[in-house]
Amino acid sequence: MKNAQLHFRQPLQTTPFHAHTSAANKLNAWAPWAGYTTALNFGDETMEYTALRNQAGLYDLSPMVKYEISGPDAVRYLSRLTLRDVAKLAPGHVHYTAWCDDEGKLIDDGTLFHLPDGRFRLCCQERHLPWLMDSAIGFDVRVRDESEAVAALSLQGPCAYAVLARAGFADAKSLKPFQLAEYRLGKSGKVMISRTGFTADLGYELWTSPDKALELWDVLMEKGALHGLRPIGTTALNMARIEAGFMIANMDFVSATTALRPDRTRSPFDMALDWMIDFNKGPFNGRAALKREREAASTQWAFVGLDIDGNVEAEHALVYDNKKHEVGHITAALWSPTTKRNIALAMLRRPYHAEKSGNLWVEIYALRELEYHKLMVKAAVVPRQFFNPARRRATPPGMM
Amino acid sequence: MSRYDAIVAGGGHNGLVTACYLARAGLKTLVVEKNDWVGGAAVSRSLHPGFTYSNCSYVSSLLRPEIMRELELPKHGLQILPYEGGAVFMKGGGYLAMYRDHEANRREFARFSPRDAESYDRYSRDVLRHCRFIRPLLLRTPPDPTSFRPRDLSELAFLGRKLFAMPEKDIYAMIRFWTMSISDFLDEYFETPVIKAYLAVSAIIGTALGPMSPGSAYVLLHHYMGDVDGNIGAWGFARGGMGSITQALMASFKAAGGEVRTGSGIEKILVRNGRTTGVALANGDEFTAPLVISNMDVKRTFLKHVEERDLPPAFVKSVKRFKIRGSSGKVNIALDALPRFPALPDDSPCIRGDMHFTDSIERLELAYDDWKAGHFSRDPFLDMMIPTTTDPTMTPPGKHFMSCFVQYAPPKIEGRDWTDADRDAFGQTVLNQIEEYSPGFKKLVLHAEVRTPRELEAEVGLTEGNIFQGELTFDQLLFNRPVPGYAQYRSPIEGLWMCGSSTHPGGGVMGAPGRNAAAEILRSLKKPAAMGEAYAVL
Repeated sequence: MKNAQLHFRQPLQTTPFHAHTSAANKLNAWAPWAGYTTALNFGDETMEYTALRNQAGLYDLSPMVKYEISGPDAVRYLSRLTLRDVAKLAPGHVHYTAWCDDEGKLIDDGTLFHLPDGRFRLCCQERHLPWLMDSAIGFDVRVRDESEAVAALSLQGPCAYAVLARAGFADAKSLKPFQLAEYRLGKSGKVMISRTGFTADLGYELWTSPDKALELWDVLMEKGALHGLRPIGTTALNMARIEAGFMIANMDFVSATTALRPDRTRSPFDMALDWMIDFNKGPFNGRAALKREREAASTQWAFVGLDIDGNVEAEHALVYDNKKHEVGHITAALWSPTTKRNIALAMLRRPYHAEKSGNLWVEIYALRELEYHKLMVKAAVVPRQFFNPARRRATPPGMM
Repeated sequence: MSRYDAIVAGGGHNGLVTACYLARAGLKTLVVEKNDWVGGAAVSRSLHPGFTYSNCSYVSSLLRPEIMRELELPKHGLQILPYEGGAVFMKGGGYLAMYRDHEANRREFARFSPRDAESYDRYSRDVLRHCRFIRPLLLRTPPDPTSFRPRDLSELAFLGRKLFAMPEKDIYAMIRFWTMSISDFLDEYFETPVIKAYLAVSAIIGTALGPMSPGSAYVLLHHYMGDVDGNIGAWGFARGGMGSITQALMASFKAAGGEVRTGSGIEKILVRNGRTTGVALANGDEFTAPLVISNMDVKRTFLKHVEERDLPPAFVKSVKRFKIRGSSGKVNIALDALPRFPALPDDSPCIRGDMHFTDSIERLELAYDDWKAGHFSRDPFLDMMIPTTTDPTMTPPGKHFMSCFVQYAPPKIEGRDWTDADRDAFGQTVLNQIEEYSPGFKKLVLHAEVRTPRELEAEVGLTEGNIFQGELTFDQLLFNRPVPGYAQYRSPIEGLWMCGSSTHPGGGVMGAPGRNAAAEILRSLKKPAAMGEAYAVL
């Protein structure tokens, strides 16, 4: 009992891969993520990013918040909770989804896995147990936080399948994007592999029990060496996710359950997630408010990609119309090494995302040897998927 | 007989704050204090050789940063130290810890309920939303809703704009929050009794309400809306004890040319033809001034030191009805060594925070039941702190000062006055409760100062021993504090002002009433108020 109360000695937990990630972390560069110690980089974020786009990278995904949903009403419950129709999500499949509060404001986005045995796994950035349990009132369903019970790795990059095949998971060849299946690990272990990821490239996520974590890491790293596999940290992954145009709760939008200022919440229309709303599936959380928003065309914001002149990263910059009138701000920015463009994700007031997007400027304060250069740089609204190669979708997957 | 521009009656923290601002504006200002020391309820005295106590108030969060900065209190010796976490010791040997670290705290709550662990973030967010509404009002004079003066209208408009800037559901939530019980409020978030018990106590400290009494939720806000260096809801110690705050104020006051006289209190506030002319002290001294500002509570001021016939009858009746029921006591203990609590690991930071023994709301409510029956709680709630685990200045190394805030203690025992025997029994009840969770504790006690509402009234001058100079219930807040029609620090007697915690925004070592009173006085004198506007809350 007493041991369970020693959180103050080590507030951040370590993941099931910590023995290996800590040994590989040459610079001791760590950052907290969802209550866990995670590697920012293992020694060289540029080379880690390069591996991710050129060979393959292995990322410890274990801190991701994971909820297990099971029970006779699981499908109906999840359709009520989230924006999409979960009846269309067959076992062995995954879909990207999001969920709202009753005001139709986004709580989080995430991936919903329909496991082969019928259970569901909802993966997301933030913790939502009270909301998930409140939403379960009236449903015969069990919601359980399984974050600690599942160890996960993300294997991403053009050689990701080559690594899998060499590590004994050649059968994963048949997995199409957003499919999953279970495979044997060693003599007694099991691993679930889903063709999912956060990089917009060929990639897989591998899910196993914590006691098999190190074995899984070992086999991947050993067999992956031939293909240039290396562990990557959050910095490299974040570069890839910006190129992919993916959003993160509380980085690109403020979750409705944590927003302190009422005007900070965003709807799926604001965040360009309205494509996933299924108004015809029956009642779901936020439906009435979203319907009103659609009918009144009252959406105020637009989450967009920006292509910015020059090569100075526009992190946290303000966006102006005609260099004067503030119309939005940048939530993530990157000089994209792969696309050779100066890219950003931005939150713009409508209609500056479309009709009035012709005269947008970004104000950048570039720190150079302790002095700021104040730049006003032209920007154009572009699709958020800055990087979207065909190899991402090819089935069977390429080997390089 | 000496003449002053302004006389402040009572040297508590609010009186000193007002005095500082008046002196800085060039007024010849005198503070008179009945005790031989200043400080009121923000006082540090040495009652055992080598030990400094925080005799009344014991932690700081509400003291407005504007005041610390404008009055240069750090230059005059004030240092506020944030403190760490806390714990509730439970019947049967377990405990709930609170940690400053978010993840450690979440994991601790999750031991009891994973749901509660996550609900805590939502709870904090919601309470913070209420704080964002109330904080900008702290340093503003409440508007008179019946007046058409431009200033009142603009302040009313300010309130209205703030209210209607909120989404509809937040308006509902706020009105509910201001009127509901803390028990009902916590039930909306949590299922674990000990977690609710820890959070509930902020809603009853200093208040003659139980956790199930409607109106108690607002009191929680009052304890949550302060900050330590912008960290809203955090609390800290004043280095050297709470008296350091009033010592720094006195130094600031004297540096601005102010004068302090201790050792004899106000006998009478002198009134001629409906306006004040000065004060007469108990020792016979008289001082004249066109302005008298009372730091005393509204009852003491007007029912003890002003002739009732000089006041409008409706005002006297309202003052008599003002709720100022004492509910708490204090036991201050000099310890020979740091006590051990076997439930806590030796390196636990909880020992440096606030420690309680009340592990359910029901126990807290039962403690209140004793108060209603006119008795101190047989199983009282203790807010126990050992500031010397953080502050090296209050005791010799290795020795400790322990402050126990104790609730509930009624102003009278079954209708009669407290006796010394009652007081000692009250003290024993407290020591016994600590001993239960820290065997051998009593052997460490070198000296204990036991203070019931009787002592608080006799020494500090707080009517009925109410630490907030009047209860913080919705009927006694904003433009109804202390009484309707007199919320702007003025009284029916021209030249007689109020600056104590009986006025908006109420009690705690906040200084806001004192600063607001000074601002109103200077405005009435057409003196440009040399104060910055309230800090922007974005």
